[in-house]
Amino acid sequence: MEFFTAQLISAVKLGSIYALVAIGYSIVYSIMGMINFAHGELLMIATFSLWLLLSAGVPFAVAVVLAVIITAVFGILIERIAYRSIRNAGESTQIITSLAVSIFLEALCQAIFNSSSKALIIPDVFSQTFKVLGVTVSVIDVVTLACTAALTVAVVLFIRHTRVGKAMRAVADNQEAANLMGINKDRIITTAFVIGSVLAAVAGILYSGKYTSFSNDMGFMLGVKAFIAAVLGGLGSLTGAVAGGYIMALLEVFFSGYLPQGIGSYQTAFTFLVLILVLLIRPNGLFGSSARERS
Amino acid sequence: MERPKLTDNPLFRFLTVVLLPAVLLIILRTAGGSYYESVLILFFINVILAASLNLTNGITGIFSLGHAAFMALGAYISSILTLSEKMKQTMVSNMPEWLAKIQLPFVPAVLTAAVITMLIAGLIGLAILRAKGHYLAVITLGMVIVIKSVLDNASNLTNGSRGLSGMAKYSTLPVVIIAALLTLYILYRIRISAFGRSMVALREDEDAAASLGISYRSIRLLSFMVSTFFAAVGGALWAHLQRTIAPSLFYFNETFVILEMSVLGGMASLSGAIPGAAILTFLPQILANFSTGFTIFGVQIPQINGLTNIVMSILFIVTIIFRKQGVVGNSEYIVSSLFDPKTYTGLFKKKTYEDFAFAFRRKQRSTARRLNKQTMEGEGP
Amino acid sequence: MLKVSNLSVSYKKINAVRNISFEIGKGEIVSLIGSNGAGKTSTMRALSGLVRVKSGSVIFDGQDLTGASPSQIVSAGIVHVPEGRQVFSKLSVGENLEMGGYLVTDKKKVRDRTASVFELFPILRERIHQKAGSLSGGEQQMLAIGRALVTGPRLLLLDEPSLGLAPIIVERVFDVIRELQKNGMTILLVEQNALDAMAISGRTYIMESGSIAMEGPSGEIAENDEVRRIYLGGKETWNSSLLN
Repeated sequence: MEFFTAQLISAVKLGSIYALVAIGYSIVYSIMGMINFAHGELLMIATFSLWLLLSAGVPFAVAVVLAVIITAVFGILIERIAYRSIRNAGESTQIITSLAVSIFLEALCQAIFNSSSKALIIPDVFSQTFKVLGVTVSVIDVVTLACTAALTVAVVLFIRHTRVGKAMRAVADNQEAANLMGINKDRIITTAFVIGSVLAAVAGILYSGKYTSFSNDMGFMLGVKAFIAAVLGGLGSLTGAVAGGYIMALLEVFFSGYLPQGIGSYQTAFTFLVLILVLLIRPNGLFGSSARERS
Repeated sequence: MERPKLTDNPLFRFLTVVLLPAVLLIILRTAGGSYYESVLILFFINVILAASLNLTNGITGIFSLGHAAFMALGAYISSILTLSEKMKQTMVSNMPEWLAKIQLPFVPAVLTAAVITMLIAGLIGLAILRAKGHYLAVITLGMVIVIKSVLDNASNLTNGSRGLSGMAKYSTLPVVIIAALLTLYILYRIRISAFGRSMVALREDEDAAASLGISYRSIRLLSFMVSTFFAAVGGALWAHLQRTIAPSLFYFNETFVILEMSVLGGMASLSGAIPGAAILTFLPQILANFSTGFTIFGVQIPQINGLTNIVMSILFIVTIIFRKQGVVGNSEYIVSSLFDPKTYTGLFKKKTYEDFAFAFRRKQRSTARRLNKQTMEGEGP
Repeated sequence: MLKVSNLSVSYKKINAVRNISFEIGKGEIVSLIGSNGAGKTSTMRALSGLVRVKSGSVIFDGQDLTGASPSQIVSAGIVHVPEGRQVFSKLSVGENLEMGGYLVTDKKKVRDRTASVFELFPILRERIHQKAGSLSGGEQQMLAIGRALVTGPRLLLLDEPSLGLAPIIVERVFDVIRELQKNGMTILLVEQNALDAMAISGRTYIMESGSIAMEGPSGEIAENDEVRRIYLGGKETWNSSLLN
């Protein structure tokens, strides 16, 4: 039982991070209809920025805020430079472009930081632990959960009740009609990228804070997982993205924990096989909300 | 009587596509020595990989990111088949007896690996090819992840993440040249066949193709299988060039490299594989000289790690935004010149030489006229 | 109020609209009719800024709106109710109306206008929280018009409001159009339903293959034999229309 609880808590911790990334992903996807492989790289940028700032002696809280801002700026730049011109291009062009941006960012980080793994030094307060239900939980885990909850609520409220949030839903719903209302599509898309980047940045910082080391290929994999998580829950649905993130984490953790000895190490293969199955059988997501259609 | 274009002229085609590259090849090989020979061998292997990817991604319109997975299968299966029993027993603990005992000569091993890979791909394709666009791309990427995971863990077959080494260097320059030419020839014949035309029709408009009675599911599947066959061939050749393979070599990085070759050269044609492979094989070599630091205009530029990747990815992005059809677009000039019998039979016809001289003189005259005009108008050449 | 001169619009190398000129006076209902592909919708989309104007000019109340962006055009007072309604199906009725007020800075105006929309279309108030996608065709059309009205337009571009609607609903829609005119709205009406369009409008332009083939008071146009043959199916005169 204790093992189960430990696994569950593990899954929740990981799931929170996936959920944050998936939400940002889902918002951008529902508006642009375009897969963004580079989304995962934003996590990496946030992490590297934080490391850089901390190494330069910047106080922790300030460094976190700055890292998030830097990531948001990168997000905006990516959209402006690479994605704006291909907005109406064919699917393969979009896939290729976002892959190219992803490769570029990874290469950039490799050039600046060298490819070895780095350790993130975070204030001790975060690594303090205490026991919950007989399982060791550290402060950073609680912070992760709290941040995820807070940000999710904030984003949902924003999308549901603010003028810009509703405009975002309008653009996602029917681009032409939104145009006719005078909604500025460019600004809306930029806003979506900012939100997505901020969420990704927070997720990246939380992830590396917990696992205290990071390397530059973590970004791409996380981007792929974010896409799958968002699809699991149904693209365009925020609550679905959150659910998708937790489900993916549950799959990962329980496969590695409970598969019989000998095939336990195939955890990655199993997880992805299940995910591929879902993508094939229910491309509209497990909860059946309609996939975004291009108007 | 209208004289045909220069690019249709058999002599011109022969010179540009057969003679010139052959000469270049000989020069590079003799001047470069054995290190450069490896680069050349890699070039031909890359041509095979890029051309096979173009078949699905550009020509049939199936956007697959899974090529590296099939390359891996080809590499591993062929290696397991060519390695001696003794080597396998020492390297891989617990390899099944029957598997360890098999040892095949190179060509049968490669073909076996390619056929097995193709069949596996067929099964996978049956399941996944119903998906399209983004979903298919991610699913094929997922395949790469799954296969890497399997290769990493099936240590009694593959030696896990440590990989296999000690393969004989079967991939010599003559071998890969023949393999590349064969690959291009086969793919070319497919492309100009009715089957090939229906692939293109499928890419253009699925509904229209379906209404013409073309079963798009079987075409997609067959195209996918052919493509993976050659991906495996490429992988097998590669394994016997590098002589060491590991699962990590067939992951995202390799996926990007093959994709870059495909896109930069021109995704929609087989000929695109050649400039694509050339850029991706030779440019990194040139860049490698610079990544340890260099001076330009008196400014010292320090060592940049991964300069190759940065330059390649920028090149990639610029190409997609400004010239997404790549170097050759969908023109099959190179491949069709290589394999069209008329290129060779035309060398024996007088008319070929007449047309060639005429077109050349015409070009000379128009250039001269242009230059004259410029000097007269004071613009200067 | 609106003066369009030598307007040309092209879509992907097809000249959809060739060098047309027309005018709409304040308070008028002008109809633009023609068969499919004649260029009516392209004209509208050029007026609302959705497609680029290749050449020509659009002057609205003395303001040059040629080549302006949709948001500038909406701010100037021209609002386009597109073909096929195009409501935001996943947003509620209320939110759809809110989107109409997106550019309006005075929120009191938005509330007042929304209130009048509800008076005009009481059914919308009943369905205020329902997702727009679940409304019937006629209700969606009313929502689309209502949404446009919240913007506070001075010129309303109605693109095929009767498309796909049952005759009873079409009647209701045209009643609304008449009432809008009574309250001072200027309207450009594009319709395939030539009969109803000419019955309700003061002047009519007929478009054919991108150019204006005929123009004049609706009554005269409707009596024209050629027009009757091509667009009205022959024998029927407009006096016997369903709308009287």
